[in-house]
Amino acid sequence: MRYMLLIYKEEPLWDAMSEQEQDALVDQAVAFSEGLRERGVYLAGDRLQPTSTATTVRMKQGQTLITDGPFAETKEQLAGYNLIEAANLDEAIAAAARNPLVRMGGLSIEIRPIREARPLR
Amino acid sequence: MRIEELFRAEHGRILATLIRLLGDFDAAEEALQEAFATALEQWPAAGPPANPVPWLVSTARHKAIDRLRRRAFLARKQEEIARHLELSAPLSADEEEAPVPEDRLRLIFTCCHPALATEAQVALTLRTLGGLSTEEIAHAFLVSAPTMAQRLVRAKGKIRDARIPYEVPSTDALAERLQAVMAVVYLVFNEGYTASFGARLVRHDLCDQAIRLGRMLVELLPAHAEPQGLLALMLLHDARRASRLDGSGDIVLLEEQDRTRWDRAQIEEGAALVEAALRAGGRPPGPYALQAAIAAVHAQAPTAAATDWREIAALYRVLARVHPTPVVELNRAVAVAMSGAMERGLALVDALDRRGELAGYHLLPTAKAELLRRLGRHAEAAESYGRALALVGNEAERRHLEKRLREIAS
Repeated sequence: MRYMLLIYKEEPLWDAMSEQEQDALVDQAVAFSEGLRERGVYLAGDRLQPTSTATTVRMKQGQTLITDGPFAETKEQLAGYNLIEAANLDEAIAAAARNPLVRMGGLSIEIRPIREARPLR
Repeated sequence: MRIEELFRAEHGRILATLIRLLGDFDAAEEALQEAFATALEQWPAAGPPANPVPWLVSTARHKAIDRLRRRAFLARKQEEIARHLELSAPLSADEEEAPVPEDRLRLIFTCCHPALATEAQVALTLRTLGGLSTEEIAHAFLVSAPTMAQRLVRAKGKIRDARIPYEVPSTDALAERLQAVMAVVYLVFNEGYTASFGARLVRHDLCDQAIRLGRMLVELLPAHAEPQGLLALMLLHDARRASRLDGSGDIVLLEEQDRTRWDRAQIEEGAALVEAALRAGGRPPGPYALQAAIAAVHAQAPTAAATDWREIAALYRVLARVHPTPVVELNRAVAVAMSGAMERGLALVDALDRRGELAGYHLLPTAKAELLRRLGRHAEAAESYGRALALVGNEAERRHLEKRLREIAS
């Protein structure tokens, strides 16, 4: 079954790190994902640009509203995603918990099962 | 054994196996109800089978297969047909119908999975392993039956949709997951032992459920020491239940309880378990074992005056290292006070009070008031009792505090 791993981080904590520290962490995370890819666990993933580049589209009273910024101002913001294949939730949790990025602190990973499309008859 | 008693006693064991065989909580529950109904029809006339439990499992499994076959036939759904074929295939060697001990472990670890909210973990554990009805659980936790029913539906939905596996955790994960299971069992016990709100102080049925679950953990996880500590702790507290309330339903403090009404056999069992849990260590003892050791010192004192408070204070010192929480610090302060260093104990309580972590906890001003009362400082004691009354939730405890306040005033 596929799971979406939504990675939220506290941007100020990330920004406070030196470029070296950031690069080192990213390298570790990429190596980790490669390991998962070899085992058929990792299907896809990307890092998103920071929330300063975000735009939100909403419908309000029949009007399309376009605003600058993420959809909600929260302490932790969406930073990236991993799409994985796992037999059950415990495997998905392991894939999330062992990600080196978690060591950064101020990071949360939401695990959501994908609604698999029903095969058409 | 009467049929109803058998059902109640074996409900958890049979359900745990059915969930493994059928792969779904609801399907297992429905099938079990149908099997019970069949047993109620057939057994009175034909007599119960030689092995009633495997009979019930087997009957339930066949009911589930029949139900799926009917639905698959009517709906012609691929999934249903595939599932029917999968379930009706002959069972492989490791899929036997007779309940295996691991089934109840699978069930309790699944019910207490961290991906479920704590209140859902408690509800699901009591429903499946405890065999309590939704109404009984709702009543125990003071929510409406529909609310509790919804809670259970959502929990089972989460297990199914997020695919929480029906497994005993692997060795490296087991210790941590076991903490969550023990926390749920202890929560049930505490809810029964000291009801947070409402009139009755103790609900015996919840304590009994928790102790049953505790026994199950000890039986099924013999290599782990903490379940023994937890069971000991519950048995030792529960041993005193006959003496905790007086005729009018008011609290009787530990020091005033009639020790002849304590269950000596249960105390001995608890004390033996404490020894075993502490010996099994090698590393620092676990918090349950330590709390149980403290309870054992109280329980084994022939009179309140003979209580070995220094031993208790020493145990709290170890507990404060292993499990440092403000409540443990408070209890240690009281033990220090009672061991003959009253002023020092009071100073420790004051320090905790100033730190503010126990701001909403009525037992802090209660403890302070009790110590001040013993020192003869009645005005200050009255003030503390007043603070405690503003925070207390349980009726029996409230009446006790009001009584103390009246005693001091006079």
